[in-house]
Amino acid sequence: MSMFWTIWISVITLGLIIGCYFLLRWCLSNQTGVPEGESMGHEFDGIEELNNQLPRWWTIMFYMTIVWGFIYLALYPGLGAYEGILGWKSSNQNIQSLEESVQARIDAKEQGKLVEYDRELDFAAEKFDPIFAAYAKVPVEELAQDPEANKVGQRLFLQNCSQCHGSDARGQNGGFPNLTDNDWLYGGSGAKIVETLTLGRQAAMPAWIDTLGEQGIEEVVNYVLSLSGRDVDPQLADAGKARFAVCAACHGVDGKGNQALGAPNLTDNIWLYGGSHKAVTETLTYGRNGVMPSFKNTLGEDKIHVVAAYVYSLSNDK
Amino acid sequence: MSETSQAQPDYNYKVVRQFTIMTIVWGIIGMGLGVFIAAQLFAPMLNFDTPWLTFSRLRPLHTNAVIFAFGGCALFATSYYIVQRTSQVRLFSDKLAAFTFWGWQAVIVLAIVSLPLGLTSTKEYAELEWPIDILIALVWIAYIINFFGTLVIRKVSHIYVANWFLGAFMLTVAVLHIGNSMAIPVSFTKSYSLYAGAVDAMMQWWYGHNAVGFFLTAGFLGMMYYFVPKQAGRPVYSYRLSIVHFWALISLYIWAGPHHLHYTALPDWTQSLGMVMSIILFVPSWGGMINGIMTLSGAWHKLRTDPVLRFLIVSLSFYGMSTFEGPMMAIKTVNALSHYTDWTIGHVHSGALGWVAMVSIGSIYHLIPVLFNQRAMYSTKLVNVHFWLATIGVVLYIVAMWMSGVLQGLMWRAVNADGTLTYSFVESLEASKPFYVVRFIGGCFVVTGMLVMAYNTWKTVRAPKGSIAADPATQPA
Repeated sequence: MSMFWTIWISVITLGLIIGCYFLLRWCLSNQTGVPEGESMGHEFDGIEELNNQLPRWWTIMFYMTIVWGFIYLALYPGLGAYEGILGWKSSNQNIQSLEESVQARIDAKEQGKLVEYDRELDFAAEKFDPIFAAYAKVPVEELAQDPEANKVGQRLFLQNCSQCHGSDARGQNGGFPNLTDNDWLYGGSGAKIVETLTLGRQAAMPAWIDTLGEQGIEEVVNYVLSLSGRDVDPQLADAGKARFAVCAACHGVDGKGNQALGAPNLTDNIWLYGGSHKAVTETLTYGRNGVMPSFKNTLGEDKIHVVAAYVYSLSNDK
Repeated sequence: MSETSQAQPDYNYKVVRQFTIMTIVWGIIGMGLGVFIAAQLFAPMLNFDTPWLTFSRLRPLHTNAVIFAFGGCALFATSYYIVQRTSQVRLFSDKLAAFTFWGWQAVIVLAIVSLPLGLTSTKEYAELEWPIDILIALVWIAYIINFFGTLVIRKVSHIYVANWFLGAFMLTVAVLHIGNSMAIPVSFTKSYSLYAGAVDAMMQWWYGHNAVGFFLTAGFLGMMYYFVPKQAGRPVYSYRLSIVHFWALISLYIWAGPHHLHYTALPDWTQSLGMVMSIILFVPSWGGMINGIMTLSGAWHKLRTDPVLRFLIVSLSFYGMSTFEGPMMAIKTVNALSHYTDWTIGHVHSGALGWVAMVSIGSIYHLIPVLFNQRAMYSTKLVNVHFWLATIGVVLYIVAMWMSGVLQGLMWRAVNADGTLTYSFVESLEASKPFYVVRFIGGCFVVTGMLVMAYNTWKTVRAPKGSIAADPATQPA
């Protein structure tokens, strides 16, 4: 912020507060020419006004808030670029990336600045990190047997994952997988779950309308539904089978999917975007681009480990 | 009415009557909508899976209807009445007055159509799309010309304090509305704000908080400064107090917006200024309450018998309570608990129902007999019934929201030994459910009161002129 704006802000801020002070002083002294407690002598539709003194307790309160205002503006940032005696900041407000944030935290610490957000992060790290570091030493599959760790993992899940996958982790229609059915898009080992959480996933089912045309899609839909044992038109399904080669590249010749690519198994009657004839047609026509975000920066390695253990326990417990 | 014996200018009461009646109509509709969406919060099936019945579309309709339709009509009615009576002159222009009435009703009808259709600029309390915004601006400018024009041709030497507040309210609302609604239209029904990011948020709350500060406070203080001394038959307590609290109030309020954006991307210095000014603002706000309540000195006994005066004085008590609560919630550490919780909703309604609605209702009960040539309302008893329904309703509402809000704030910040949050969001929602039921019941009380008012008004308006005898208890000076 340039000096001009700092002066601009300071002048109108302090000018207003000082103005309030003088207004109060002026009204406290009786400048009306009318004795105190008497009528001002004007009358509006029968309403008169008395010239009473301002209540003392109210005046004192006014003074107190004005003095408090000055003290606060001296201690904290308020007057433009002036940082305040305490050097307090809510956060490193000018940063634009995670790298800058990390650097800003280091800089603020070196300069002894009071950045509230940093302090809260440091406090939390000091207090809670050791707990998660201890959990992180235990392999995911083993940690999944630890009821205490699962409680911690469940809380993290409810706050970070339930928005898409649901509070019971059973997912929801629209591309949010059920995490309790042991049907895995990218693999269900501890290491794979950690990988999914750390790096995120970006699915890419292409749109087939241009290649297959409406008739082609209708045929493939019939074939795909037949893989899960659904009632279909056998003729259309046969025609679809012939066209399935392009799908097999990802979903495999048998349609059982490929976890390396995140291509779903099409034979188990589990559907990410709905298994109705209409929904599958839509999937084939327009494609699907499901996104699982990366939690590397928000949760960090150790917490991801605990969440992964919880997710693992959901389908391997029983 | 002792003054009726004096020669009175030929006032334009037609527009006052129109706005007064519509205040009651829109009050019932706006508050009724509020009760309906309050019910949806504990019984979501009440949206009947119909898009235009969902909370998200009806909530802005509720806020617009109570603030601008109910509150707006009350302000138009009373300001047109006050400025004529205290200037001893007929309105500057009857045509402009008629334009403001029909224009304002058109705005409201357009809101009732467009908001449920999902047409919204997404700015809180300014959701209406740009063609309606332009109509609002035109009506508002006509209103300003008519009001100030009347002051210019006034027959008394001074300008009464009520008119200071009403004038400040009109001018500032014009600046706020035009400034905040600046947008680039992409079609007849869609526009995008001219501002971006944190600046847009700041503009929004500069507008939003001053919709409270000027529309819902300064305007209604103007109403209070006429109807309280008039109904009590007492002089205003302190002329000097009215000077200091007027100037301090209008100059401090305009700064308070940033307290809606504590702990956001808004720069720290802006947040600090918003907080400091909000706290100093507490004192001039109370100046208005003191001046109103102390006007009753020497007439306290009237509270026992006059329910109209009771409405006015209780509204001032709620005003004092919410103007203490507001600055307190503007303190960052308090805000960290209260923000985004139902506490805010409770605070708004103690202001909107306790202060704005009650002072309007009291004023209208004073106005209706005057406007329709009666010596009193059809039934003073029913006014009293309305008073108790409104008071019980408001208290139920705000106490429920305080409890729910503080509970939410505490649940959201509770952490376990491992640093994870103790409660998920949905758990706090579950905990709030009983309070939502209580809030709904409170709302039902308030709306029932409005229906009683409508009945009482109907009977008063329909009675032959001058046929209702004055009730000695409620006789204004």
